Amino acid sequence: MRLDIRLPIGLMFTLLGVLLVVFGLTADKTVFQRSLGINVNLWWGIVMLLFGVVMFLLGRRGTATARLTEESPEGKKIEEMEHKAGLEK
Amino acid sequence: MKLTFIDWTIMVIYFVFVLGIGFALKRYMKTSTDFFLSGRSIPAWITGLAFISANLGAQEVIGMGASGAKYGIATSHFYWIGAIPAMAFIGVFMMPFYYGSRARSVPEYLKLRFDEKTRGFNAISFAVMTVLSSGISLYAMGLLLQTLLGWNFSFSILAAALIVLIYVFLGGLTSAIYNEVLQFFLIVFGFAPLVFLGLKDAGGWSGLQARLATVATANGFASGAWSESWKFMDSPSSNPMGIEWFGLAMGLGFVLSFGYWCTDFLVVQRAMAAKSMSAARRTPLIAAVPKMLFPFLVILPGMIAIALTYKSGGSGFTLPKKPDGSFEYNMAIPMMLGHYFPTGMLGVGLTALMASFMSGMAGNVTAFNTVWTYDIYQSYIKRGASDQHYLWMGRMATVFGIVISVAAAYVTTRFNNIMDMLQLVFAFVNAPLLATFLLGMFWKRTTGHGAFIGLIAGTMGAAIHHGLTLPVGGQVGVKGGWFGVMHVYPSELAQAFWTAIVAWTACFVITILVSLATKARDDSALKGLVYSLTERPKEDHMPWYQRPTLLAVIVLVAAIFLNIIFW
Repeated sequence: MRLDIRLPIGLMFTLLGVLLVVFGLTADKTVFQRSLGINVNLWWGIVMLLFGVVMFLLGRRGTATARLTEESPEGKKIEEMEHKAGLEK
Repeated sequence: MKLTFIDWTIMVIYFVFVLGIGFALKRYMKTSTDFFLSGRSIPAWITGLAFISANLGAQEVIGMGASGAKYGIATSHFYWIGAIPAMAFIGVFMMPFYYGSRARSVPEYLKLRFDEKTRGFNAISFAVMTVLSSGISLYAMGLLLQTLLGWNFSFSILAAALIVLIYVFLGGLTSAIYNEVLQFFLIVFGFAPLVFLGLKDAGGWSGLQARLATVATANGFASGAWSESWKFMDSPSSNPMGIEWFGLAMGLGFVLSFGYWCTDFLVVQRAMAAKSMSAARRTPLIAAVPKMLFPFLVILPGMIAIALTYKSGGSGFTLPKKPDGSFEYNMAIPMMLGHYFPTGMLGVGLTALMASFMSGMAGNVTAFNTVWTYDIYQSYIKRGASDQHYLWMGRMATVFGIVISVAAAYVTTRFNNIMDMLQLVFAFVNAPLLATFLLGMFWKRTTGHGAFIGLIAGTMGAAIHHGLTLPVGGQVGVKGGWFGVMHVYPSELAQAFWTAIVAWTACFVITILVSLATKARDDSALKGLVYSLTERPKEDHMPWYQRPTLLAVIVLVAAIFLNIIFW
């Protein structure tokens, strides 16, 4: 199984970060009255973007994955146990 | 609260990713072990984050925010003497038996250690409890989205249920765990700015403390009752929780927290999916690190909300009231999201809120489908079928588990604080269970008859205690007192904690007595299941940051430190 969880997490946060940054730069400043005059979209967007990129790059190295039962020693032991206990034909 | 195009876009992106993970994992679900245990192949940091994220349902985000407003910083006891010590304990002492016995579920461990009837009792009560929790989670979400955004109740819960259904159906436990990790980060990123803005509005920590002093004195307590966690625990009447230190430490710190974190299959299942014994043991210890910081994310907003309500800040935030004049505590965090977040960030915050509901629900659903398939279906209904048949049954169980939760969501009402209700349910079912596990794992003389009768006695003890007591101001009925009221507790929490203590004690004593009167199993049958007959897992060959015992010590020292800072 070759889906490293950091890839989708990285992609999603990169996307959300970019969206927030763009929106934070272009939005009418009156929307930030709520957030006490702070442009949270821009600042937090940058943080999320950075997090997303780092996760994505780490994910490219690709070791944080779940594997198929028959590929992992612990998974095989479970199968063996089930077989011995006669739980399957 | 009005959403704009960008908020919707953010929500849609999240849904696409959550479902996408399910679809991407579909082709890797070849055997039932893949579906229910992720092939026992997941690295410790992933199972660790999933370990806490699966618990991040309604009770955590909404309930802890509500409790933060209602009880102040004392709510942190759920973490700093509750969850953290329990997580250290399961990682160091209990995981070797769960993981090492190759049991595929917590009830199955009971079967290996004791007998069929103990497993059956646990499996069935657990299955019921999980579906109930999942239903409560859904209900809370539907209600929240209705009040907050005016969304249709049925539409919200059906849509959320459908999304969880699809990704668990396709990718099983792996899909749930992967999504829990994604949801974990989303929740952290969605709520962190809220704490920052709220704190700024309240004038920083010192400003917040000053405001909380107003809250405390207005409610007839000493001025530090909302901002100091231990100082007012000497008597139930001097703190808003209505409990004294002994009931707190024994009821919450020991029985309820250890009962939940050490025996609840919902969380233990995440550790069982880890790729090795040492990864399984590290799972709760890694989880403990973010867990101990969570009070700042979920309790602090509630405290800020109540503080600003009593003494308003620059932006004029107040907590809404119910028609009867009491505060709408459950709305603390959602209302703050709407108040402080501009469109854009609001989308992230709301998505984080939904993510928390979904991760909680998916956690329940995966635990339910496994217990149903392995411990009920395979054990009592159809033994010896092919592995593919059980894989199919797991998917079917996912479907009807979700259907039952939706039904439960429509039934759930009444309690104004979800946390209190869940604590009550856990007290009945989980509190006695802890005694069974502690005796089972650490006293080889414990017998199957002892465990079974002890469990029944403990559950009955809980029911009898609940039936004889009432929280102050409570009506006889679901709040207790249905046998006649012998004692009135100052709060629902105090009653729940003492119910747990009674249940645990009853189970502990009866299990010992019955075990001594019945025949013990041979030592040879208990290898790997009992502490004195199992080799200790070796840690010497690992680098220091991988050694469970050392990690546990670090985590505990940090928790003690936090207790002292906020004493």
